[in-house]
Amino acid sequence: MTQQTVLYDVPGPRQRRLTLIISILATILVAAGAYFLIYQPLDEKGQLSMELWGPLIDPSNENFTLVWQRIWVGIENTLIAAGLAIVTSLVIGTLLAVLRLQLKSIAGNRYAGFSSPVAYLLRGLGTGLAVLTRVCVEVFRGLPVVITIFFVARGFPEFGITLDTLWYLVIGLTVYNGVVIAEILRSGMEGLPSGQREAAVAIGLSPLQTTGLILLPQAFRIMLPALISQLVVVLKDTSLGFIISYEETLNIGKQIIGVLSNPIQVYFVIAVLFILVNYSLSKLAQYVQKRLARGRKTANLPAQNPPPAALVSQAEGAGGP
Amino acid sequence: MRFTRAAVVATAAALTLGLTACGGDKTESGDTGTSKSFAAGSTMEKLNKAQSIKVGTKFDQPGFGLKGLSGKPEGFDVEVAKIIVKELGIPADKIEFVETPSKVREDVIVNGNVDFVVATYTINDKRKERIAFAGPYYEAGQNILVKADEATITGPDAFKAGDKKVCSVTGSTPGENIKTYVKDVATQLVLFDTYDKCVAALDGGQVNAVTTDNVILLGYIAKNEGKYKLAGDNFTKEPYGIGVKLDDKDFRTFINDTLEKAYADGSWKKAWDDTAGKFGAELGTAPAVNRY
Amino acid sequence: MSVWVDKFDVFAGGFWLTFQICVLAATGALILGAVVAVLRISPVPPLRAVGTAYVTIFRNMPLTVVMFFSAFALPALGSNADFLRIPVLDLVFTRLSTDLPYFRFALIALTLYTAAFVCEALRSGVNAVSPGQAEAARSLGLTFTQNLRYVVLPQSWKASIVPLGSVIIAMIKNSALIGFFGVVGDLSATADQLTGAEGYAFIPVAIGISIGYLIMTVPLGALLDRIERRQAVAAR
Repeated sequence: MTQQTVLYDVPGPRQRRLTLIISILATILVAAGAYFLIYQPLDEKGQLSMELWGPLIDPSNENFTLVWQRIWVGIENTLIAAGLAIVTSLVIGTLLAVLRLQLKSIAGNRYAGFSSPVAYLLRGLGTGLAVLTRVCVEVFRGLPVVITIFFVARGFPEFGITLDTLWYLVIGLTVYNGVVIAEILRSGMEGLPSGQREAAVAIGLSPLQTTGLILLPQAFRIMLPALISQLVVVLKDTSLGFIISYEETLNIGKQIIGVLSNPIQVYFVIAVLFILVNYSLSKLAQYVQKRLARGRKTANLPAQNPPPAALVSQAEGAGGP
Repeated sequence: MRFTRAAVVATAAALTLGLTACGGDKTESGDTGTSKSFAAGSTMEKLNKAQSIKVGTKFDQPGFGLKGLSGKPEGFDVEVAKIIVKELGIPADKIEFVETPSKVREDVIVNGNVDFVVATYTINDKRKERIAFAGPYYEAGQNILVKADEATITGPDAFKAGDKKVCSVTGSTPGENIKTYVKDVATQLVLFDTYDKCVAALDGGQVNAVTTDNVILLGYIAKNEGKYKLAGDNFTKEPYGIGVKLDDKDFRTFINDTLEKAYADGSWKKAWDDTAGKFGAELGTAPAVNRY
Repeated sequence: MSVWVDKFDVFAGGFWLTFQICVLAATGALILGAVVAVLRISPVPPLRAVGTAYVTIFRNMPLTVVMFFSAFALPALGSNADFLRIPVLDLVFTRLSTDLPYFRFALIALTLYTAAFVCEALRSGVNAVSPGQAEAARSLGLTFTQNLRYVVLPQSWKASIVPLGSVIIAMIKNSALIGFFGVVGDLSATADQLTGAEGYAFIPVAIGISIGYLIMTVPLGALLDRIERRQAVAAR
């Protein structure tokens, strides 16, 4: 907001009048457009009839209770899958971020105290693991979530692992989001002032302690808004459960459509539900961001913008289907 | 050797059981679980002991397997499954129906996610490589749904000219079959995940026809009176079977026996009349089960 | 593994189709996203409201739902998206002009959805330009348009490029959904077709499909990492 107001002068009386006229014209135009381009064709095709809308919005309709019971089942399943996925993603993401940072810090270690073959072996192992985690991150970040979920659901049974569809969905979502969260946290930790790490080393903390006690908590704090945005992504991504027949909101919607034949109406309601929940989540993210910004000021820490990577992960995260 | 002997025992057991169950059915409603005796070690005994069973079916096929607003699947396939489960001595409310869309049906059987699959499941040789079929319990045929005023499409050959567009479902047999008739897949074929969407596309004029098994199409004709019709006769034969594990010959035989019994005592016809029969589809005579 | 050789044309065809829709949707989303971004920072309140509403709606809806509306609500509104039959473009992107509108519908959905994120990426870039720049421009007497055109946008572009790239990568991945909405033969539908209907072994097909997507996403991601690191160094 502050940035935007800088772009133009505070409007004077003439400008304000002009703005008002333009506003009224624009509103009329939009309303007319909505009426002629959306309302009329829909009305002509009978898409606005109570026969189609009734089961969704009219409590006296015979199917109203049943329909909403089913939708509620879907919402529950969506929330369960999203909740599980976010928890596992956070755990995996944190572990992966710490692992990658540790591997990076031991990459230069020459193991001077060991005999040369052991030292070489250890160095090789360290580099190998670093490369492996890097490849994993790149691959899982580069694959569509649809494909990951599909692969998990089809691939696991090939190796004799059969689970509930819920778990296929959760694992599929975790594989992707865990990696994204790991990257968010890693860039958060690497973006911290180097003095933090140096001070921790100076008071004799081990590398693991440094990460766990000093870097990670700060990274979490800085990256909290990005992490909450990731929640929105997970919630939206659960809708991909229909691919593997998990009964989340959209899939239930499909079943309702099969009975009542009112696809546009059902999808409209589902879209509104998703927008409401996700909108509140992103509002929460904004609120947290503001609180954090204030907290930092009072704590008199160096006012610091999140490193560019934070923006990246936010944008990327938000791009999930 | 052991295998064949077990099969004989099982068949004998199933047959005697079938006879006794026939008499018993009239007195008890069949809703309560009964501990019927099956050959030791057989799938039937295992299921009967467990008193629970998982059945794969479709949740989006009107008339065959459609999950209604009550949250329970309804349709001919579901009823057939209930007949078989009842014969196993398991009450109907202990059945857990699992949604099995076309493309996962073999997988769920091979992996043991379900005990058997009744899901408008066409018997064919390629599938027989991975699983085994009991039945058939119904013979459908692929047909084409068009708008009532459509005059040019009279059969699948109409797509060879390259200007008519057709819709079907991903990973299904009809979707693959029709590919041999269309001239250019990219400009003529649309695939969705459900037939509802295909019918919506037909309604909107984006496609000229929807193709799948006649019984499914009849469901849509019945739902929208006077709006659609079938274009010509069935051009394939789609015998619907019940999928079980490849090596489980006993269970297959048991299901076949159960089906024959259901043909004889009228429960098969009743299942049809209560479900898909309402759409005006012909049941025809009972197809002979194929004990291969 | 023979599936790679036998069905190379299927993989290649799937890749080509996915690539086509990605190029088109990326172009569309960049243009539309820029328009929405300008709306969101414009001085006229209703325009701002339209921009904000647009972003709120499309950012919070699953792409599946957007795809559905595009494929089924547009026809209900009486449109087959014929305006996308762009004369010269369709020589390369042949699917644009087919009688089957589903490629166009998918394109519209992907564009609308991605544009919301493009808008946010651009806005984050504008916010990254130090306010002093805009203030200085204003004190020189530049109007809103001039301010944007000559001072803010050229600088914000730099800060936007990394988030924009991430949005495009996400879009490439999101394009995997088009196979479920009537577009036959894209990369992800290929997996379905080969393992489902044609019965090929799962693992080799999975690897083939993955390579198809990674060819598009990994180099782009590596490029972004590079740019990002450069910018980080430059900022220090």
